[in-house]
Amino acid sequence: MTTSYYEPQDLERFAEIGKDAPELARKFFDYYGAVFAEGELTGREKALIALAVAHAIQCPYCIDAYTTSCLEKGSNLGEMTEAVHVANAIRGGASLVHGIQMRKAAEKLSL
Amino acid sequence: MDQQSNRQPQAFPEPGIDDFGATLAKHGLTLTRASSRALQINVGLLCDLACRHCHLEAGPSRHEVMTRETMAEVIAYAGRARFEQIDITGGAPELVPHIEWLLTELAPLAPRVLFRTNLSALGRPESRALVEVLRQQRCVIVASFPSCNTGQAESQRGIDYMGKGVATLKMLNQLGFGVDGNNLELDLVVNPTGAFLPPAQCQTEQKFRQDLLRKHGIVFSHLYTFANVPLGRFRHWLESSGNLENYLKKLAGSFNPATVQGLMCRSLVSVSWDGYLFDCDFNLAIGQPLEGRKRHVAEMAGHPPIGIPIPTGDYCYACTAGSGFT
Repeated sequence: MTTSYYEPQDLERFAEIGKDAPELARKFFDYYGAVFAEGELTGREKALIALAVAHAIQCPYCIDAYTTSCLEKGSNLGEMTEAVHVANAIRGGASLVHGIQMRKAAEKLSL
Repeated sequence: MDQQSNRQPQAFPEPGIDDFGATLAKHGLTLTRASSRALQINVGLLCDLACRHCHLEAGPSRHEVMTRETMAEVIAYAGRARFEQIDITGGAPELVPHIEWLLTELAPLAPRVLFRTNLSALGRPESRALVEVLRQQRCVIVASFPSCNTGQAESQRGIDYMGKGVATLKMLNQLGFGVDGNNLELDLVVNPTGAFLPPAQCQTEQKFRQDLLRKHGIVFSHLYTFANVPLGRFRHWLESSGNLENYLKKLAGSFNPATVQGLMCRSLVSVSWDGYLFDCDFNLAIGQPLEGRKRHVAEMAGHPPIGIPIPTGDYCYACTAGSGFT
């Protein structure tokens, strides 16, 4: 048993996920590549979005990969930190807005 | 003073990194000198900054600067050999005595004269006369400016850099450098602020234009992105931070054979502060002389011969990664 579920070098082995289901992996990686190709959004903008999402879903592999990608696409630490705050605001806001459900449920039960 | 006294050891390939010469051979390529178009003059290792990516390990404690006598020999060589471009670099050339005289003498000898600056040294009150010479001689100012983010810029170049850099860029704009219609060129050079590859040049230029104009009202002519070269202070940092192997792998993995034909070492002659000749600033940094033997600029009749081999090392991957070192 490893001492951690997460090993940084496992990121380089991502393609091995296709070993026993190659067709599904091919479809995923083709789609993944198409999503990150330059389009209406630049590659730099897409990398910032990916960095924010990586923090929202708390994927250490994605945080590692998209920190490098953001730097190599010319984003600076100020922009990257703001992107993380956007993820945090949405995550926090999403929890907070559900407080309305709580208040509605409480209102129904209360005098 | 013998320049060899400050040499750093040859950078040998790390385990797991292909020898650069073997990589060239794998692609059926050799690295040989073409027609020499540019003369680069490194006027000294003295600098007011000690940037953490500096391959020459220049800084305030370095005292090696070109003497007026060596300057005269370089000027004579530039007159004999004639180059399309002359490129003054350091260290901080601003701190070298007689630099105004050197520029004034060199300017008529080439259609284009570049002056490389860290901005900090050029912004000092003592540099006003030099700035005026640069303006009068219509030299191209090539300024290092790593990031629009203060923390990242200062992690590379030192505390208080950003304010000085921005103030100098504003001063140069006021004098007309980088402003359309003045024929006074101001180019920016962006090196990554760590062990990662530089962003695409055209996108970085667009972004720096937006950011510098929005935040500071600064304009410039062109922007160039360069990978950090794993030599000198930057190599020491790569080693101590545990980044060396991955960085070299990244550079080697980005090897682009199409860049070899246009590498600057094929068309540039680099002169060290004490007047010796090299194929590029990086071979100068590790003491690999042109044609494998130490030769002074005073001995050179003209351009180095076309076809002579150029010494290489693992640091050459920095110039051949991606779209290359333009």
